[in-house]
Amino acid sequence: MLVTYIEAIRQAMDEELARDGNVLLMGEDVGVLGGAFKASAGLQEKHGADRVVDMPISESLIVGAGVGLAVQGMRPILEMQFIDFISCGFDQIVNTAATLRYRHGGQTACPIVVRGPSGGGVHGGLYHSQNPEAWFCHVPGLKVVAPATAYDAKGLLKSAIRDDDPVIYFEHKFLYRRIKEEIPEGELLVPIGKAALRKEGRDLTVITYGAPVHAVMKAARDMSTEVDIEVVDLRTLLPIDWAAVKASARKTGKVLIVHEARLTGGIGGEVAARIAQDCFEELDGPVMRLAARDVHTPFAPAMEDYVLPNQGKITEAIRKLAAY
Amino acid sequence: MTEQKDRELYHWLRLIREFESRVSALDKQGKLMGGVYSGKGQEAVTVGFCHDLRWDDWIFPLHRDLGAYLVKGADPKRLMAQIFGKRDGFAKGKDSYLHGGDLANGIFGSTSMLGATLPVAAGMAYKFKIRKEDRVAIAFFGEGASSRGDVHEAMNFAGVHKLPVIFVCENNFYAYSTPNELQFGVDNVADRAAGYGFKGEVVNGNDLHNVMKTAGKAIDRARKGDGPTLVECKTYRYHGHSEHDRADYRSEEEVITWESRDPISLWEIYLEKRKYDIAALRKEMTEEVTRIVEEAVAFAEGSPAPAGPEAMEDLYAMPIDTEAR
Repeated sequence: MLVTYIEAIRQAMDEELARDGNVLLMGEDVGVLGGAFKASAGLQEKHGADRVVDMPISESLIVGAGVGLAVQGMRPILEMQFIDFISCGFDQIVNTAATLRYRHGGQTACPIVVRGPSGGGVHGGLYHSQNPEAWFCHVPGLKVVAPATAYDAKGLLKSAIRDDDPVIYFEHKFLYRRIKEEIPEGELLVPIGKAALRKEGRDLTVITYGAPVHAVMKAARDMSTEVDIEVVDLRTLLPIDWAAVKASARKTGKVLIVHEARLTGGIGGEVAARIAQDCFEELDGPVMRLAARDVHTPFAPAMEDYVLPNQGKITEAIRKLAAY
Repeated sequence: MTEQKDRELYHWLRLIREFESRVSALDKQGKLMGGVYSGKGQEAVTVGFCHDLRWDDWIFPLHRDLGAYLVKGADPKRLMAQIFGKRDGFAKGKDSYLHGGDLANGIFGSTSMLGATLPVAAGMAYKFKIRKEDRVAIAFFGEGASSRGDVHEAMNFAGVHKLPVIFVCENNFYAYSTPNELQFGVDNVADRAAGYGFKGEVVNGNDLHNVMKTAGKAIDRARKGDGPTLVECKTYRYHGHSEHDRADYRSEEEVITWESRDPISLWEIYLEKRKYDIAALRKEMTEEVTRIVEEAVAFAEGSPAPAGPEAMEDLYAMPIDTEAR
């Protein structure tokens, strides 16, 4: 069946709510309204108001309550209406959820999923465009995923719901209705911790995740006569699939990392450092990064485009690296 | 109250006092690392709210509620090992004091972000409600933590859904050194309950009878599905915020006044009125609680210190080893 990225998210939640009576969805306006983006449309009617729960505007509570439910064997999905608001639940994520198992000496697990729309490109301005994944990749005890396709959106969300650890799931709102994909009927799980080789190539590797995967793939196709590009989609940012990253870096000898989150302190720095350390002998050029400029994501279209990576910047960066 | 219950309550008051006194002494002897947050003086709140709970009810203690662990059923030996940072502690040495809960006994370990357990308690109570279980969750917090957003968020949600949760504010008048008049603009934290649509009560937290009466009503109300209660217990901590705090922001006169309202002395006065041989009972109880504490200390001292590599355990439900790849 042909589904959009957001429909894949809705299907994953619907199927897991039906499969396991311990699964709940809690968030602002997720019930009758079906969520600000309609990710949960129809789910309350189908699964009941006790399990698809409209919450007060209280992100700290939403995450904390999720931890309380998780200790009782429930598996809550906690929606941040926009991922930007996750900062209001930050303490509960990093200090309560991420430490729960550790500080209880392994007595319990913390099967919560915190999900919400991230990313820019839709003129959402400062508070509706953020990519805060790096904040959470610094926190042991969490898992962080960022699907780029409808298939992965569904498969990773289902895996996240079934995972016994807290998973932060960054869905990209730019992709919600812009991409469609044929998804097989029946059970679909994408394992957390495995990257996807989106395209094989000989000359140069682009490592990316989230919405930029599509721009990178287009660049790889457009430039195919010029340079043979390999594309690695990380999919999981914590833990990163280092085996896939290093294998591709060793194969092509040139690596460009592309992400929409800003450059300084972003995931790209970590990936670049690991490659530089472990694959130095096999490299034919510097590990390069293309990311958002080090500012907030601005509102006006020309400014937003100036700040975020786009097709043109990706092509330019690839040419620069290929020239080494 | 039956004679047996009179004795039991006395046992818990005395055990907590003895346990905490011993912990303070161990700290002074340099045998402990990290912070020690004595609840000495606040024992009646703990005993009053925890004694009549069922094993499958849950408590969310604050950092000063060591006694709540004991009354709710935690093994004193393991609790002492926890304080020593040993392998037999609830956190297996990964953190000390009350950051490791005893989940098998319904005790949730707190973080140092005080008040952060209230949303967790509300979430758990939500489960009790939707699964129609007549269980209750009790979240303890200090009057200082009442200034935090999490406290408001949890109470607001609990009020919306009439959750079986009890919020117990242990108002000991100082958040570290900050007095109440610099913490909030109302006389009583419990006055806020009206804003959340449930009952608020203020009690003398040093009078065990008072606390138990109020606790009993609140627990009953929660079990019956009548929703949350916010109970504010006015009490006093004898020690500073931690053992390293000399608490000279308080007047000597104030401390003496509160010592004259000591919860254990008040209970002994009650026992005397009930014609118990208080001298004999006191002696007997001293022997009983001293033995328990001695055994706990011996166990904790004998418990192995965790080895460095054990730091990598218990992080994830299924260990992930990213470096090995």
